[in-house]
Amino acid sequence: MTYEHHDYDVLIIGAGGAGLRAAIEAKQRGLSVGIVTKSLLGKAHTVMAEGGMAAAMGNVYPEDNWMVHFRDTMRGGKYLNNNRMAELHAKEAPARVLELEQWGALFDRTKDGKILQRDFGGHRYARLAHVGDRTGLELIRTLQQKVVSMGTDVFMEVKVLKLVHDANGKVAGCVGYRRQNGEFITFGAKAVILATGGAGKSWKFTSNSWEGTGDGHAMGLWAGAKLIDMECIQFHPTGMVWPLSVRGLLVTEGVRGDGGVLRNSEGKRFMFDYVAPMFRAETAETEEEADKWYDDHTAGRRPPELLPRDEVARAINAEVKAGRGTPHGGVYLDIATRRPAEFIRRRLPSMYHQFMELAGVDITTEAMEIGPTCHYIMGGVQVVADTAATAAPGLFAAGEVAGGMHGANRLGGNSLSDLIVFGKRAGEGAALYIEAGDVAGPMDDAAIEAAVAEALAPFDREEGENPYDIQRDLQEMMQANVGIIRTQSELDDAAVQLDAFTERVKNIKVKGGRAYNPGWNLATDLPAMITVCKSVTIGASLRKESRGGHTREDFPATDPEFGKFNFAHSSNGGNWDSPIVTEESPLLPMPDELKALLEEAK
Amino acid sequence: MAEVTMRVWRGDANGGDFENYTVAQNEGEVVLDIIHRIQATDAPDLACRWNCKAGKCGSCAAEVNGKPRLMCMTRMDTLPEGPVTVTPMKTFPIIRDLVTDVSFNYAQAEKVPALLPPPMPADGYRMYQEDVARGQEFRKCIECFMCQDVCHVIRDHEDNKQHYAGPRFFIRYAELEMHPLDTNDRRDLVREDMGLGYCNITKCCTEVCPEHIKITDNAIIPLKERVVDAHYDPVAWLGRKIRRRTKRSASDAAIQPAP
Repeated sequence: MTYEHHDYDVLIIGAGGAGLRAAIEAKQRGLSVGIVTKSLLGKAHTVMAEGGMAAAMGNVYPEDNWMVHFRDTMRGGKYLNNNRMAELHAKEAPARVLELEQWGALFDRTKDGKILQRDFGGHRYARLAHVGDRTGLELIRTLQQKVVSMGTDVFMEVKVLKLVHDANGKVAGCVGYRRQNGEFITFGAKAVILATGGAGKSWKFTSNSWEGTGDGHAMGLWAGAKLIDMECIQFHPTGMVWPLSVRGLLVTEGVRGDGGVLRNSEGKRFMFDYVAPMFRAETAETEEEADKWYDDHTAGRRPPELLPRDEVARAINAEVKAGRGTPHGGVYLDIATRRPAEFIRRRLPSMYHQFMELAGVDITTEAMEIGPTCHYIMGGVQVVADTAATAAPGLFAAGEVAGGMHGANRLGGNSLSDLIVFGKRAGEGAALYIEAGDVAGPMDDAAIEAAVAEALAPFDREEGENPYDIQRDLQEMMQANVGIIRTQSELDDAAVQLDAFTERVKNIKVKGGRAYNPGWNLATDLPAMITVCKSVTIGASLRKESRGGHTREDFPATDPEFGKFNFAHSSNGGNWDSPIVTEESPLLPMPDELKALLEEAK
Repeated sequence: MAEVTMRVWRGDANGGDFENYTVAQNEGEVVLDIIHRIQATDAPDLACRWNCKAGKCGSCAAEVNGKPRLMCMTRMDTLPEGPVTVTPMKTFPIIRDLVTDVSFNYAQAEKVPALLPPPMPADGYRMYQEDVARGQEFRKCIECFMCQDVCHVIRDHEDNKQHYAGPRFFIRYAELEMHPLDTNDRRDLVREDMGLGYCNITKCCTEVCPEHIKITDNAIIPLKERVVDAHYDPVAWLGRKIRRRTKRSASDAAIQPAP
């Protein structure tokens, strides 16, 4: 069969912050670039990022620099990070943020006209460049407008099914379909960049949109790349819990950065009871001390509400379990009693709006009810830090789909900066790979036909299951068995159930035609979701310790032995139902000068 | 558990009709929750766009009981008793069911000459909060295109799409015109090619904006004033002639290398 076909030097899958930044870089280097996105341009999950992007520009605290940012990132990641990625990120983020203003971004300002920076959990200094609480929208719009002004081809509402190799095993392009008419489409490329974002849609309570099905994680694995740290999932401490229809919806950490505190049903600021030893030296012991810190970081130590996200999420979970939760099973996030209404509306306009319209709660007079929500996957495709190259020749990855940068837990604000730092590096890495000349030949036709046949199979079955039923059951199972707190028996059960889900996915029946059929679209997302859930479950089962975004009830302590390697998964067969093989991949050795930065900080 | 009847338009470019669905409705739910419930049960092929379900991406715009709304931000309990009618945005061609072809807007975006700032100092530009605040209001736009949908210049006159950018892009032009760093001049473009003059300030766009951007008062009217000043002010006219200030195109602006 022949399908609509396009050839590019660089094909980018995903149009969030990382994909768009990669496109700009590749374009500026004179390459032809195609961008493929499942949604319309400008709708990627990046718009959901609220608080800001972390960059040690030192505009508010001149003491800040890349070394402190590096150290904060490594500590936040519980030292499981790829230290070279953390180093590059800390060093390059300021330049990446500044250049956004050349393309039209308008950040909030300091009194002397520089970019204002706000406090966030785990960052020693106020470090997040921001625009109120809609920083992600500013980032995506800025990059989108730049990409459009450069005349880049953007294929909207195209779902990529599978990467395709050439005869020598290099990644040579991909096959997908146009959602609007259901017609198949193929792309040939000298280099492919995965920038597909996260995978949180496989959990019931999530801040992720329908798009977060882990397509890039799965397609990378199938194509020969490795996935690392998949067990490390960030449950953001503050998601909405009521009404049920918005459960999981994100409440920005900026609420706490701007003075909001957490209280249990007894009105107690409970976070003082949950300060882990590694953070005690730098965390306030009393409310008085903590409250002084907001105005002057030298007058007191940090409030415990601004510990890294994994610490806060576990504490909330424990309070609710102990019976000190709110009526709807969360805790209270209170900024109303702590800041003037005018301040709250100016600093947190979209939170004000969100609670007023969806929950009927006025956050300037009432406390919010919040609880942990599945938010971000630290795990992802293993890459070379400097070039974003994966183990599959011709394939690159940047942004949430890439693993290593954040270790076992990501600090708030480090995601948007990750997108622009490693988006640029992926564009550069792809360009250098193409320049070296040893690029892929034509795509293997048989692989394209196999992917097309697999995608169409759900139409041909006489009978079968509704994909929505499978998705709902999968989300409930992952929430229950591979959620915020894990234990061996539940993980073993999850592994068995995932085999059953695999069989159910093979028996999907899709009703209706191919044109803009969300049931069919979901049917083609499910194979990736199953692959991701399996690798998360395998990693969670093997990591018999607690670290960052992976908490084991049966192994509550952190075990230094597990801090020496990542669990790395590969596919034995390259299909979505192929067995997954897991090995220990040693952490990158840390240069002495970086070690010294961590030593100093202790 | 309460039940609700939804009248949802189903069809494509060749035509269609309303279908009724009676489904459960729980406390606090929004229109998009009910559409999702219909998808998960009666009609898995019911087409609608959505992404964030938090009023931040602007994907799920449709007409609820005849008014443009974000389905994710419209609580069922704010609508009158009785069946709820959901139809696609009227101004754009139908693709399927509630999904419309909004490519008109993306084509307009391609015509906008980019920001053209002076070279950036090593430690970044200096701008002041009071100067960026005006542009920041317009940059809250989530591109739901409901202002475009409701603007009668194109809602009622399809042929005007050839020479009319619409409120979403008037706020974009206003943002760039008011940008403290910009050196491009788009005033003639806005007057001659983008049809700013067609807007007769009925404020329909402002009323539907989910971000509460004062599109008419803060963008369109000031833009009209600037354009008029530039075009009819003899001093400005002479200045243009003398300095031979030529407008740079979007692609010219785009190829300026990053310093």
